[in-house]
Amino acid sequence: MDAKQSRKLDFSPILVPLLSIVVALAFGGILIFIQGINPLLAYRVLFTTAFGSFDGIAITLAKATPLILSGLAVAICLRAGLFNIGAQGQLISGALASAWAGYTFVGLPALVHIPLALIFGAFFGALVALVAAVLKAYRGVHEVITTIMLNSIVIALSDYLTSNPFKEPDQPLTRTPKIQDSAQMPDLLGLPLGFFLAIGLSIILWWIMRNTTTGFSIETIGRNKNAGWYAGISVKKTIMLSMLIGGAVAGVAGAVETLSIIGRFEPAFNAGLGFDGITVALLGRANPLGVIPAAILIGGMRASGSTVQFEAGVAPELVDLLLAMILFFVTAPLLARFFKNRKENVAMTSGWSN
Amino acid sequence: MKLRTSHYLIFAFLAAFTYFYSKDGLVATSVLYTAIQFALPLALAAMVGVMCERTGVVNIGIEGTMLISAFTAFFAGAILKNTVQGMLVGVFTGAMMGLLLALMAVNWKMDQIIAGVILNILAAGITSFYYRQNYSIPSTLDPIDLPVVGAWPILGPVLSFHGPITYFGIFFILGLWFALYKTSWGLRSRAVGEHPSSADTAGVSVTRLRYLNVTVAGAVGGLAGSYLALEAVGIFERGFTAGKGFTALAIMIFGRWNPLGALAAALFFGLTQAVTNQLMIDEVVEIPPQFINMLPYILTIVVLAISAGKVRPPAAEGIPYEKEKS
Repeated sequence: MDAKQSRKLDFSPILVPLLSIVVALAFGGILIFIQGINPLLAYRVLFTTAFGSFDGIAITLAKATPLILSGLAVAICLRAGLFNIGAQGQLISGALASAWAGYTFVGLPALVHIPLALIFGAFFGALVALVAAVLKAYRGVHEVITTIMLNSIVIALSDYLTSNPFKEPDQPLTRTPKIQDSAQMPDLLGLPLGFFLAIGLSIILWWIMRNTTTGFSIETIGRNKNAGWYAGISVKKTIMLSMLIGGAVAGVAGAVETLSIIGRFEPAFNAGLGFDGITVALLGRANPLGVIPAAILIGGMRASGSTVQFEAGVAPELVDLLLAMILFFVTAPLLARFFKNRKENVAMTSGWSN
Repeated sequence: MKLRTSHYLIFAFLAAFTYFYSKDGLVATSVLYTAIQFALPLALAAMVGVMCERTGVVNIGIEGTMLISAFTAFFAGAILKNTVQGMLVGVFTGAMMGLLLALMAVNWKMDQIIAGVILNILAAGITSFYYRQNYSIPSTLDPIDLPVVGAWPILGPVLSFHGPITYFGIFFILGLWFALYKTSWGLRSRAVGEHPSSADTAGVSVTRLRYLNVTVAGAVGGLAGSYLALEAVGIFERGFTAGKGFTALAIMIFGRWNPLGALAAALFFGLTQAVTNQLMIDEVVEIPPQFINMLPYILTIVVLAISAGKVRPPAAEGIPYEKEKS
């Protein structure tokens, strides 16, 4: 089979994720059935709540917005051969920073205040990623460990800041004051403005990866570090750049959540958004456009988790279980094998210190 | 650890101990006792990493292995009303997680980092879906009062009265060091981790040895999880391993993939935490609790930043083995 023909017939980037969702739902159905609940009922509630009405879709897309962004944050790094598990910490950092900018600056017009708060989010998200990026590029410390440790550090630090210097005065709750009205992100056509921002960023990053030398450097380093080095690409600079882009995008995810949904920073409110980004990125095949449908699906499942509990009696953690299984099937080559004459596996891993 | 660094550490340790002991002998020994309790799960979890990576398989799923084993150990112990049986279930669960990793990494030749992350996410998903409140185990594993050693001054109260997993764990670590460097299994394992094709030529089955080691390592991870649920605290909470599986990887690297080195590194981590706790209790320093929680994570990053580049991981680590086609 020549190369052109095989490309034409290759639907696996779409079919494998779809099939793994189906298989995961089937396994999940068995587990629900074992608990004595009709899985078809549970799934019907899950999907009609998420996608069955205009209001439902609006909520789904609002839930999907931070997931598109955190998925992008993981995906861009995956392209460079880096596994950014730190989207969670970067997102929290961005959420807190944008909340601070949102309630501290008074008297700004919305057109200035919103972008300013978003920039704060992006900057502080990137700042967290910078630690991992420097350690990876200049000391060879594996990003998986540093980003996970940074997650825990950022969570503890944000908890400290919200219960002390940034705390809303005269309130028992650990949370920051509410952001100013001028920092509140409005809705557009009944959908949160952040959703369009997320789509826009996806398209921009997709374009950058395809058409610019920066994108080319990132892809090349991700495929083969040595080849990139021989071709004159600075490996260190590329690692730094892709981690910083990832951190900034994750920071924007947190900022959008703060400025359009929560309206302040509360430690527990951002839990899990960054971790779901890993599933989103892998389900979307690390493609900046692929993360959009992946995030919408997962956002929908997250949005309707509590309704499923109410109407079908399944614990909302069902969604966690389903996502874990989707991730398992989408990355296991088991399913991919049905569609492909086994492609060579490209390992990102080659030890802890390179 | 370079010889000089370890000298400094020993000196710092002795200085700190003398300070505490002169102030209050009971407190000083109890700090060391606590240090062992903090260190043990980290040391055992680091052994999982050592066993896997010495045969060339990266395991970042230690966290998930410990989490799900702690979960099954606790709930099996609570339902069977038998802590020991719960522990066995925990160890078995760990072995199954190891087997799953071996399947993904050795058979399917998946990217091992992604395979490990899948273990972690699966464990988090399963444990949070099946978590139930209002369960309790009959009792934690009974501590053992060591004969002879227990009566020694200073060392007695430090070394005696730990639980059975602690003692077994320490013997296991010493045994693993012996096995890794002094037995043919150890030689073969290390050969497979350094240069699998040579080992293959010499008649060692790379696949079988990797399967065996990764699965047994999983069981050790299960023991570490059981320790947390059944010996250390006697409860289970969602996400309650709190990153220990990742800290263990830093300890493994700091200990240069050597069981004894990793044990020393784990004791260093445990001691740092125990001393900080004591300083808090004594109100010598006033640190917000969030910063105390951050300590092991910061320490992990610092340790990695220092030791990376100075230590060399097993050469074939992370690379799926392909037999050359003739």
